Amino acid sequence: MLAKKLEAQQLSCIRDERVLFGGLNFTLISGQVLLIEGANGAGKTSLLRILTGFRKPDSGELFWDNEAIDNSQSFYQDTAYIGHNNGLKETLTAQENLNYAQALASTTLTIDEALEQVGLNGYEETLVRFMSAGQRRRLALARLLCTHKPLWILDEPFTSLDRASIKLFEQFITTHVMQGGLVIMTSHHDTSLPDTLMQKIHL
Amino acid sequence: MKQSSLFQAFGAVIKRDLLLAYRHRAELINPLAFFVMVITLFPLAIGAEITLLKRIAPAIIWVAALLASLMSIENLFRADYDDGSLELMVMTPHSLSVLVLAKVTAHWLLSSIPLLCIAPLMGLMLHMDSDVIGILLLTLLLGMPVLSLIGGIAVALTLGLRKGGALLAILVLPLYVPILIFASSAIDAAVSGFPVSGHLSMMSAILFLAITLTPLPTAAALKMSLS
Repeated sequence: MLAKKLEAQQLSCIRDERVLFGGLNFTLISGQVLLIEGANGAGKTSLLRILTGFRKPDSGELFWDNEAIDNSQSFYQDTAYIGHNNGLKETLTAQENLNYAQALASTTLTIDEALEQVGLNGYEETLVRFMSAGQRRRLALARLLCTHKPLWILDEPFTSLDRASIKLFEQFITTHVMQGGLVIMTSHHDTSLPDTLMQKIHL
Repeated sequence: MKQSSLFQAFGAVIKRDLLLAYRHRAELINPLAFFVMVITLFPLAIGAEITLLKRIAPAIIWVAALLASLMSIENLFRADYDDGSLELMVMTPHSLSVLVLAKVTAHWLLSSIPLLCIAPLMGLMLHMDSDVIGILLLTLLLGMPVLSLIGGIAVALTLGLRKGGALLAILVLPLYVPILIFASSAIDAAVSGFPVSGHLSMMSAILFLAITLTPLPTAAALKMSLS
């Protein structure tokens, strides 16, 4: 994987005349995790939505590989996002959901491999509607694994996961980062990710 | 590692939407049933006046088709917006306008094709002449995709609202007027025995204009709804 860099300069976000954060600077390079902490309503999700480009920052700029993300050719090619809802279609099967995701991106693992890695082998033909909240979360993780996306932006990735799944998820994050990926995440849980890889922002 | 082509992405969006529609196939019947019901009400209300029915039949069928299309287009982006798959669609390297065009194409296939199949039957029920029915079908074939394309803009604009239904109708119906005018004048010309090629060319021009221009504002409005 080529080295990538996400750079934020003087980001600020104002909501209902309340300043959620201002003057936020950070640089994230390949091989690093950025953990965003903060109380409820501190602006964690707002910050993530700015980082995905859905929302414009009220001031400041974001650069992906030294290009402003609005003009960057590669930003959306390189970025994956898991929000509060997983972006899965309830009435499609696990396999159909992943097929669709692969058709919109570049492929790394096959669907079977990805499902096996997250422990969902045997669920290929199951409609997402019949899966538990934790299984859906893992299917969303499988989507990250089977498409080539260096930058993962994860909003509360550990919600509704059991302890074993959280461990598994953290393992995938570590491997991804070791291979030169970048991860930005928010979390209420204490993570056991190695500190050496981690940057923290407290909002 | 292989990057998917724009063509593949276009096909995947259509395929997924058709598959989703197949899984919810009961909902596909609703606009069609609505179309048939509205048309059936007219002869009941007007009575068995064949000459009057014959005269207003094309107008009835067109207005019913317009309302049926409006009814089904409401859900064009709603489900994707609610379950987060719209975010995924925006976050692809592909042009969002092209993917929007794919979604509208799927909607057109699902809403217009059944309607086109049943429209001749409705025409016969209203005592239309068979050659006029042919022209009616042609105008529907050229006009219905325009309805889906224009409707897409309004749906994307009202996506952030909880109850956008009424506003959607108010936004969209005025924009449907030109296509309705050209369609009915084409049919009028056919009834009077004049050539219709001029009207049909005009409708084709509107169609191609809509295909090239409407996906851009729709994509912009979708991005706006996510912020």
